[in-house]
Amino acid sequence: MPKITIDKERCKGCQLCILYCPKGQIRPDKNLNKKGIQPVVFLGGDCSGCKFCAIICPDAAIEVYK
Amino acid sequence: MDKIFGRPKSLRDIPTHYCSGCGHGIAHRLISEVVDELDIRERIIGVAPIGCAVIAYDYWDFDCCEAAHGRALAVATGIKRVRPEAIVFTYQGDGDLVAIGCAETIHAANRGENLTTVFINNAVYGMTGGQMAPTTLLNQKTATTPFGRDAKSAGYPLKISELLAQLSGVYYVERVSTDSPVKVLAAKRAIKQAFINQIEGKGFSLVEILSACPTYLGMKPTAAVKWVREEMTKEFPLGKIK
Ligand SMILES: Cc1ncc(C[n+]2csc(CCOP(=O)(O)OP(=O)(O)O)c2C)c(N)n1
Ligand code: SF4
Ligand code: SF4
Ligand code: SF4
Repeated sequence: MPKITIDKERCKGCQLCILYCPKGQIRPDKNLNKKGIQPVVFLGGDCSGCKFCAIICPDAAIEVYK
Repeated sequence: MDKIFGRPKSLRDIPTHYCSGCGHGIAHRLISEVVDELDIRERIIGVAPIGCAVIAYDYWDFDCCEAAHGRALAVATGIKRVRPEAIVFTYQGDGDLVAIGCAETIHAANRGENLTTVFINNAVYGMTGGQMAPTTLLNQKTATTPFGRDAKSAGYPLKISELLAQLSGVYYVERVSTDSPVKVLAAKRAIKQAFINQIEGKGFSLVEILSACPTYLGMKPTAAVKWVREEMTKEFPLGKIK
């Protein structure tokens, strides 16, 4: 099953990855990062490895594995 | 498991100063991916603008130079003429390329300099606080057009890409957007083409990228990309212009 990793400290919480994930596999995190920004988390479920989240991320915070 | 997407080598692994959801970050990464894929990291020289991207050279892991506001294409001309083997590009905002640098832009293009320009059109001056840019839309509210841009006093959005495409010296002009993943992929293809043109000695190439500035649109990043897609593209249609 493909998966992504999100660098929470690099994430600026723009939520563009959430907007474009066709599988709804990304959500806002419960906790803030060290900068006080609310990052996002990968739910770990049905990821297709489409890379949409990583392609739109303005902060290169997402890596995709297949 | 194999990594199928990660940070390109030409993009330094450090945080950027850009606001959340800013299109500059996407454009920086696309240029880095193209530089890696064309294997030109040892040949490339970027010219950074004045504007929010003023320290782009801190983020790219290849040679760069800084130009005074609007003068990137004049500086790039000089670099290319003394180092013709180098692949030289400018990275400029709408204030830089279309307002203060309009003369340098038009003349470099008209001379058909064998250069590549990546033009970030975000419809405002970001760095200085969201003032009107030449590319601000009619009725768009900015710090200097608080009631919306009025053509009577502030003229019309300036379509520099269409204007430059008229010039004999210009080889390639395309307008793209980074408002969605599919458009980001198309933007990357255009940037790659613009670099390949220079490698093949074809002449002046420009890629205009419609880009979100959520901060001075006063919108969340997710609303700002929608605005780019629905409002900006009406005035600035996407596609190959030349
Ligand atoms: C000669 C000169 N005039 C004016 C300025 C002030 N100034 C700095 S950035 C800027 C405009 C930036 O807007 P843009 O090029 O659209 O880039 P953005 O910040 O939106 O990415 C201006 C007018 C300057 N630095 N130098
Ligand atoms: S790779 Fe595609 S499916 Fe997986 S999290 Fe990213 S956008 Fe969602
Ligand atoms: S697109 Fe990138 S910066 Fe924006 S919320 Fe997702 S991981 Fe964070
Ligand atoms: S002010 Fe606008 S262009 Fe500048 S970094 Fe912030 S979002 Fe980006």
